[in-house]
Amino acid sequence: MSANGAAKVEPAPKLIVRDLAVFYDGKKAVGPVSLDIVGQHVTALIGPSGCGKSTFLRSLNRMNELIAGCRVEGTVRLDGDPIYGPGIDPVAVRRRIGMVFQRSNPFPKSIQENVAYGLRIGGVKDAHEIAGRVELALTQAALWEEVRDRLNDSALGLSGGQQQRLCIARALAVEPEVLLMDEPASALDPIATAHIEELINELSANYTVVIVTHNMQQAARVADYTAFFYLGELVEFDRTDVIFTKPSNSRTEDYITGRFG
Amino acid sequence: MTAAPGAVRDRAALAQTTASRTRRNSVADSVMAVASGAALLIVLSILAVILFDVIRNGLPRLTIGFLSEAPRNGMTEGGIFPAIIGMLEMVILMTLAGVPVGVATAIYLHEYASPVSPVTRAIRIAVANLAGVPSIVFGLFGLGFFVQFLGAGIDKVFFHGEKVFGQPALIWAALTMAVLTLPVVIVATEEALRAVPRELREASLALGATRFQTVLHVAVPQASPGILTGTILAVSRGAGEVAPILFTGAAYFLPQLPKHLSSQFMSPSYHVYVLSTQSPDVDATQPILYATVLVLLLLTFALNVAAVVVRSRMRRRYTGATA
Repeated sequence: MSANGAAKVEPAPKLIVRDLAVFYDGKKAVGPVSLDIVGQHVTALIGPSGCGKSTFLRSLNRMNELIAGCRVEGTVRLDGDPIYGPGIDPVAVRRRIGMVFQRSNPFPKSIQENVAYGLRIGGVKDAHEIAGRVELALTQAALWEEVRDRLNDSALGLSGGQQQRLCIARALAVEPEVLLMDEPASALDPIATAHIEELINELSANYTVVIVTHNMQQAARVADYTAFFYLGELVEFDRTDVIFTKPSNSRTEDYITGRFG
Repeated sequence: MTAAPGAVRDRAALAQTTASRTRRNSVADSVMAVASGAALLIVLSILAVILFDVIRNGLPRLTIGFLSEAPRNGMTEGGIFPAIIGMLEMVILMTLAGVPVGVATAIYLHEYASPVSPVTRAIRIAVANLAGVPSIVFGLFGLGFFVQFLGAGIDKVFFHGEKVFGQPALIWAALTMAVLTLPVVIVATEEALRAVPRELREASLALGATRFQTVLHVAVPQASPGILTGTILAVSRGAGEVAPILFTGAAYFLPQLPKHLSSQFMSPSYHVYVLSTQSPDVDATQPILYATVLVLLLLTFALNVAAVVVRSRMRRRYTGATA
């Protein structure tokens, strides 16, 4: 399977990307990329720095348009609904497609309020409901046991790994369908990284996860599908075991065997 | 390996010039140290002389009574209570009028306006120029615009031409001062907004927040120490200025405290001006003058300290409990 035309995968795709290209100040940064992201599986985007994988990820929930001078072409459909186009509210898109960033970025609020933030701005007012969904999200993010007794403490007092799991809980609390993760473990130590990876595996039972990673072992460990980006192009997209054992493109092979990047 | 004789000579010469250059540099260093030390000394001694003079002459007169009584006997006795109240009222009105406008302007400039649009650039230039306008010009503007245009207009429409708002008044002085301090608030707020980490805005937007919600719940709370500092500095500036209130509402002497927006008011800064230039008996009023200056200095100093304390407190709160 190659990047020319859509890569075919068996289960129903959650996100269908067609000819997606991103430009900064008129210069093309990524694309055109076409691929299908399978629901309730983990898809990893790998490639050397500057290959456009993060830019591609950010265009899946319209975070790129916050950057001045950025333009996106092509289509992305979420369960058939276009996410780009006139009359489509990016705010509504981001409620369905959540995001976790490279550096943990908790708000300078309490642990409870961090997780409740998305619910409150979404108009949930009932304190019982908020408390319940905060607990559920923290449990899903494997953080509940560690913070249940200090929900009102500042989130900034947590360790780096805990902060990142808090950010995951915060994203999960609004119950998105897709979770985008931009190198979520790159700033963490190996133990915290293992926690996050385990978590990603668990999350894929209920969520569609797209993760950008620098770390190929990580992609091999967590992802069902892997896309290899190089110089702004999608080089190869396939099942992770295929990518890592018998890639069809020589550049993919060079990259995963550590010959460059 | 033997070096050529020429090379040896060159190296010796180089060593010599390096040594002399080092010597020259160390001389320059000591000259700079002495010069900057002297500059520091001059600045400190000016401040010390002013403070010493004001404290020595003002402190004996500075009693509880001075703060709680009205002036008596042609300002030669009594205190400055009405001036303190007048200033408080003016400063509160100024803050209510000026800070929301300033904060809103900064939010628009930083969060909504396109940085390259000519309108944005025009607003920025206007703000910078506003900050550079001499305060007496603001006073004249206040007289012309607020008192004679707005005030007289209100009188014509609501009071059948009777003079109520069409004369110098608390409200007009406060509004004039609000215009004067607007750039302070705008600049402080914009800087504070600029310092809000991009990651926090993105976190909010990625959770499905609108731009307005992000500004309201993330950017402004995060910027609030800066906004508060700007507000306090504006108040401190407003408390000390005379020129803007000179024609727009400050009174020489009032038997009563200001009760309406249309009342005139006394202010310590204007009181200093009056005591030092308009007093019929300079010797008798001089201790009062000194004490008033001391009160004004203490007030401004306290406000500036408050600004620093607020900033560091809030900064600690927003940058982590562990830090």
